[in-house]
Amino acid sequence: MTRLHIDWTLCDGRGLCTELLEEMLAEDDWGFPLARDGSAEPAVPAPLENAAAHAVSRCPMLALRLVGRTS
Amino acid sequence: MISATEAPSRLLSGDGTLDHHLARHGRLPLLDGSQIIGMARDASLTGRGGAGFPMWRKLGAVAASGRPPVVIANGAEGEPLSGKDRVLLTRQPHLVLDGLQLVARAVGARAAHLYAPAKLLPGLRKVLADRRGAGLDPLPVTPTVAPDAFVAGEESAAASAVAGRGAVPSDKRVRVVETGTLVQNVETLAHLALIARHGPGWFLSAGTFLATVSGAVARPSVVEAEYGVPLGELIAAAGGPTFELQAVLVGGYHGGWVPADLSLPVSQSALAPFGASPGAGVVLALPAHACGLAETAKIAGYLADQVSGQCGPCVNGLPRMAWTLADLAARRPRPGLPGEVARLAALVTGRGACRHPDGTARLIVSAMRTFEADVAAHLAGRCLATGGRR
Ligand SMILES: Cc1cc2nc3c(=O)[nH]c(=O)nc-3n(C[C@H](O)[C@H](O)[C@H](O)COP(=O)(O)O)c2cc1C
Ligand code: SF4
Ligand code: SF4
Repeated sequence: MTRLHIDWTLCDGRGLCTELLEEMLAEDDWGFPLARDGSAEPAVPAPLENAAAHAVSRCPMLALRLVGRTS
Repeated sequence: MISATEAPSRLLSGDGTLDHHLARHGRLPLLDGSQIIGMARDASLTGRGGAGFPMWRKLGAVAASGRPPVVIANGAEGEPLSGKDRVLLTRQPHLVLDGLQLVARAVGARAAHLYAPAKLLPGLRKVLADRRGAGLDPLPVTPTVAPDAFVAGEESAAASAVAGRGAVPSDKRVRVVETGTLVQNVETLAHLALIARHGPGWFLSAGTFLATVSGAVARPSVVEAEYGVPLGELIAAAGGPTFELQAVLVGGYHGGWVPADLSLPVSQSALAPFGASPGAGVVLALPAHACGLAETAKIAGYLADQVSGQCGPCVNGLPRMAWTLADLAARRPRPGLPGEVARLAALVTGRGACRHPDGTARLIVSAMRTFEADVAAHLAGRCLATGGRR
């Protein structure tokens, strides 16, 4: 399963990803992306795979990655 | 000051010398890598640095990583309530270093490091020189200073420090074991050195753990006991309670508060219902006249100060969580305060490069539960502990 990994040491919380991928991500109190499913590394539903890949490629800090793992 | 208990014990008695070590334990038997991994597995040896992860699975993952393996003995002990690693490295450093050679053999390591506080390093350098002279370290061991900071002992921070970068945690998209780096707590390594000599069966029936017992006890100490020991026995080994106790913090600053039930076994399964675990063996006894919320707010403030400044949700969330709890502790109630504490705890959990936010949130959630009656009183502007508990 594809998951969205956020490297918190790189993310600056400007929130571009939360606009590009609002189905999956909300903004937290400080503007950092917050998975709507509450998980640390949210699963990417198949219909959102393209949008997720787009968000990954647009992240200015290269903080987002798609990873394939089960936990 | 925390001292080692006087009771006869396996890991805590000793003068740190090679002569004493060889007279008592002898040299390590010759074992190959798969025998060592098999022994760690059959003994069910789990990590003593806090997470309690089975050692043999980490050994297997590092061996299979395809990277030139590096092994690190983690003696950083950044937890202020813990003293067991320092005592172990002073009394029985050779057991730790025997264990380090065993894991080096098990994973085929090309480098070995001993990561420990600056204060211990002069003594440890002498220990390493003695071992080299006696041919006990086929793989040379490099000592590295662990800075005096709470997160300096986190696995990726230790890996970064021995590689010559800062002692700060890094992102876990690639797990530390997948980079070919094995980080083990020094106590875990000492147990492995005993298992290699006496066998997994012996460890299953006679294996121990180290606990650092402090707070309202007569003789704050490091004690050695078996998992499942009743909480009261650990406290008795530290001289017994000096006051009536109301709660005990088990597992340290990333641990959980449990009621002062002295019959409660200190084991993974018995502590799980309280959201606690033996962790690195830290036990803090809270007297009845101290406020658990104030105590926790103090710890939360310290933990918020120890954030390594890298991850937004942790950098922002831990101070906010600590202030919110401090308001509750100081009886500055506002509507929805307990709910806000719970919301922030959930908000920071899992959202950092390391588990510092998770551990901090766990402590606070356990305080809100164990001190539930105090929460209600504080919201009404009263304190049960400092105003008498009836
Ligand atoms: C914030 C933080 C601080 C830690 N500090 C220490 C430490 O000082 N010493 C230690 O052995 N483990 C520490 N750990 C746990 C390590 O990350 C790691 O799990 C451990 O060293 C692995 O060894 P073990 O499996 O033998 O326990 C810390 C973890 C976190 C999240
Ligand atoms: S786009 Fe990248 S840097 Fe910006 S908030 Fe999202 S993950 Fe963080
Ligand atoms: S989660 Fe917090 S303590 Fe851990 S690396 Fe990130 S900022 Fe540092």
